[in-house]
Amino acid sequence: MRALYDFNGGVHPPEHKAISTGTPIRQAPVPPRLYVPMSQSLGNAALPCVAVGDTVLKGQKIAEPDGRLSAAVHAPTSGRVVAIAPHAYPHPSGLSELAVVIEPDGRDAWTERRPVADWRVRPAGELLARLAEMGVVGLGGAVFPTHLKAAASALDTLVINGAECEPFISCDDMLMRERAGGIVDGIRVLAHLTQPREVLIGVEDNKPEAIAALRQACAGSGFTVVAVPTKYPSGGAKQLIRILTGKAVPHGTRSTEMGVQCFNVATAYSVGRAIVHGEPVISRIVTLTGDVERPHNVEALLGTPVRFLIEYAGRRAGVDAVLMGGPMMGFALPDEDAGITKASNCLIAKSPAVLPPRPAAMPCIRCGECASACPVELQPMDLYWFAKAKNFGKAQEWHLFDCIECGACSYVCPSQIPLVDYYRYAKGEIWAAEHDKKAADRARARHEFRQFRLERDKSEKTQRLAERAAIKEKELAASLGQPAAPAPRAAEPAVADDDAKKAAIQAAMERAAARKAEKQTGEAAPAGPAPAAALDDAKKAAIQAAMERAAARKAEKPAARDAAQQKDDKER
Amino acid sequence: MISSPFMARPTTVSVVMLKVLAALVPGVVLSVYFYGVGVLAQLALASATALVAEAAMLRARGQPVAVFLKDGSALVTAWLLALAMPPLGAWWLVVVATAFAIVIAKQLYGGLGNNPFNPAMVGFAAMIVAFPAQMAQWGSAVAPLSAPEQLAYIFGRALPAGIDAIVSATPLDHLKTQLSLGVPIATTLAEPLHGRAAGQWVAAGYLAGALWLWQQRLIPWQTPVAMLAGVATLALPLWLLDPARYADPLFHLFAGATMLGAGFIVTDPVSGPTTPRGRLIFGFLVGVLVYVIRVFGGFPDSIAFAVLIMNIAVPFIDHTTRPPVFGAKKGGRA
Amino acid sequence: MSAILTAIALMALIALALGAVLGYASVKFRVEADPLVEKIDAVLPQTQCGQCGHPGCRPYAQAIADGVDDINKCPPGGEDGIRKLAELLGVEYKPFDEGAAQPKPRAVAVIDEANCIGCTLCLQACPVDAILGAAKQMHTIIASECTGCELCIAPCPVDCIAMKPLEPTLKTWKWGEPVIRIHPVEDTRA
Repeated sequence: MRALYDFNGGVHPPEHKAISTGTPIRQAPVPPRLYVPMSQSLGNAALPCVAVGDTVLKGQKIAEPDGRLSAAVHAPTSGRVVAIAPHAYPHPSGLSELAVVIEPDGRDAWTERRPVADWRVRPAGELLARLAEMGVVGLGGAVFPTHLKAAASALDTLVINGAECEPFISCDDMLMRERAGGIVDGIRVLAHLTQPREVLIGVEDNKPEAIAALRQACAGSGFTVVAVPTKYPSGGAKQLIRILTGKAVPHGTRSTEMGVQCFNVATAYSVGRAIVHGEPVISRIVTLTGDVERPHNVEALLGTPVRFLIEYAGRRAGVDAVLMGGPMMGFALPDEDAGITKASNCLIAKSPAVLPPRPAAMPCIRCGECASACPVELQPMDLYWFAKAKNFGKAQEWHLFDCIECGACSYVCPSQIPLVDYYRYAKGEIWAAEHDKKAADRARARHEFRQFRLERDKSEKTQRLAERAAIKEKELAASLGQPAAPAPRAAEPAVADDDAKKAAIQAAMERAAARKAEKQTGEAAPAGPAPAAALDDAKKAAIQAAMERAAARKAEKPAARDAAQQKDDKER
Repeated sequence: MISSPFMARPTTVSVVMLKVLAALVPGVVLSVYFYGVGVLAQLALASATALVAEAAMLRARGQPVAVFLKDGSALVTAWLLALAMPPLGAWWLVVVATAFAIVIAKQLYGGLGNNPFNPAMVGFAAMIVAFPAQMAQWGSAVAPLSAPEQLAYIFGRALPAGIDAIVSATPLDHLKTQLSLGVPIATTLAEPLHGRAAGQWVAAGYLAGALWLWQQRLIPWQTPVAMLAGVATLALPLWLLDPARYADPLFHLFAGATMLGAGFIVTDPVSGPTTPRGRLIFGFLVGVLVYVIRVFGGFPDSIAFAVLIMNIAVPFIDHTTRPPVFGAKKGGRA
Repeated sequence: MSAILTAIALMALIALALGAVLGYASVKFRVEADPLVEKIDAVLPQTQCGQCGHPGCRPYAQAIADGVDDINKCPPGGEDGIRKLAELLGVEYKPFDEGAAQPKPRAVAVIDEANCIGCTLCLQACPVDAILGAAKQMHTIIASECTGCELCIAPCPVDCIAMKPLEPTLKTWKWGEPVIRIHPVEDTRA
């Protein structure tokens, strides 16, 4: 028995897992149309690389990643692209997102698969590129691109997360029971990439069959399957890392900095499929449960509409919403026409019979139950108070952004306050405010620079005019020669006077501009009244560069810290 | 907008408050046994007053009356107050105390969850300041009154023929008086002090209730244990130094309202601290204050003042004892 | 009598000493820029739209600081902006004047590129240089830098610039403020 560690708090909600583990994983039927969302990762939505009318093969890439955190998307089956348009997307906002709509042709014909049989001797970079190419992302729910996570190497511990702590969800459990070999294949690849000293597979002890299956599959591999005590949220990556290694990874820190990396079992499985079998991520195991006739797990193609799957499981009367994800962290789908994504691990048909609505909320009585349930040791009642009073600076000071929104506080609250709603609200407001502040700072900098530019252009123009006038005057004087009439001679001083005046005005303007620039940047050009002519190109360039630097600094400075400091200053 | 979590433990504020009331029952039964049905009269008076005052204030504040009456918090305040009052005190005493507690200390601060001070203790303290003589009339186990006679005394101050007055002090009172007369503590404690055993039995009843609440996870262990430790920390060395002047720690732990306070008053979540370390500090300092005021101060018992004084410090205690967040212990972030 | 004189002398001395300290401090720790203007400017939305009657946000901030103008002249800042200004300056909240410009939903300008004749008039009007283009070339607006000030609309000789309201996206969408059901009055304390 290895020594396990514990994290603060946690809760033990009723599991409701057994209702969906009675039957083996079934292949979900192919719907008449697949709505494959382009947003399949933490980053930007992928950019479609097929056109309407194209025929696609199963596994053919249909969208390229757009940016580092984005992931490629592949056709889940063979068929014809009938539309590329915004479609309902599984997100609490109910906003639409670009989807490639595919009409399956029923042949389910694969594109050419290119397995990497000799992955053990291939360089890591090539395998990582292959993972990116295959659209492998974290299937535990975070949908973070796996090739970025697997780029870490020389780890102490590689943690494989099979805890699956949320009630109702059993997709990882069934995957471990039925496809332990495939998971271990994937773990071998991940271990090859990350070179850990040890590999620990954490599974909650309420899944004995899964543990047994994994232990059998791991025989001789050197990987250790560890049964961890059942407690929500032990399946949170940082919580599981804490349980298995004793390391507490602070917010804002990557676990690799502490020598640990964590992958979900389903991710490991898809890594195996991608490398060993050359199959991209085009389907996933989804738990269909809740108030349905046949709660069970299916392997469903990405883009299968939620409504189709719930009907397949047998929707019962009285279902008032479908939840995606678990009952603790999932969300109610605003539109059941949305196609499932790589993050869709569970669909729960919600009805008052399965998930009774909360009793009415009462005022907080400061009992502190939430604090003792909080796995990240926050003070949820204080955060609630601050969020409710819109005192967001204070909420941030109280580590609002450490909150993982696991819902444990809300679950135990005797006053039945929807605490997490307040944290989500506060986070959203803070993000929006930071975004606005950044935009305002940028606009200010651009405006100030524009004013500076206008003034500079104006003074340059004046200078040019003055120079031209001086040249003209000289020419005039030269052309007039000796026998100059008294009249022009009399005019001469007047012209010179004019020039002098112009030059003086211009010098003053330059000085003003220089002063202004100096004040704005805080550093910049040397002090003192710079002579007009001294404002040469080099200096202008320097001033401009300084202004840009200042603007960049301003933009970079985290708005959060600013706000906190202002708050502090006010209080002092 | 409905959002996760979609599951919640079925515990509600009403359930919590009802369990607190249930936990008081052993103490109440023992009180009735030792002090007479006067206790029940006090409980009934306090409960009725609390409900009426709460309803009136909720209505005046434009709050849903039924919802908040059902939460049971007013009853908890009423019961704690009634149990702290003299069992044979005049009816108006407990009525005024309860009304004060509910109206001033609770509702005017915003009702349930918003009162910075323990309402029951505010009511009690107000009475002991305003009516010290009446508050000192502690009926004792030797009160030779039958049930109807007790009620007649509570409601009409009418004494049966042959009895001139009921003025009996609590053991703590008695100890103080005797001490001022020059009688050593040991002598006073050695005599069969009226009401002492009764008080200890009732305290044991409260202790049992508090243990059950702790087992039900409704009160933390930190505050009560720290408070009892606070009392004992001062009582033990002083008793060892000069047993003639200072009573032993056990006497203090089971005398007066120590147990009631430890189990039910310092554990009031609303007016107490929320952090584990804060609860230890809060409880300990309440205990220290209880002992100091009891032994060196002007009042025979002092739970109310000790708790109220510490209530003032709660925001500060909470602020300074905030535990570090997950992962911050080694990282140096506080 | 002498006691009173001593007291008066003592007080006068203390007053002098403290006055000297204060005077020295005010010279020594003098703050160069007017921090109030900076603070007000930080609250203003920096659209530089001139709807307040000043040529930009900073001049308006200066006007507020000098007490020349009111705090309710900035529609892009919205009522929230007025509240922040009121709090900063310690004055009463004041709604927008009736008949004056009212806050509108956030929008960005979009050039109908088919109709643009490349006159550069809008380039000159844009206070934040968010329009890209050159003479006789088609212009386009850098949406991420556009403040939605609408100053480019009037100069356009062919009316090819329109305001497009900003729709929430998956990245900008946020959870609304929770409403505690059942107890509507309970929230009035907040």
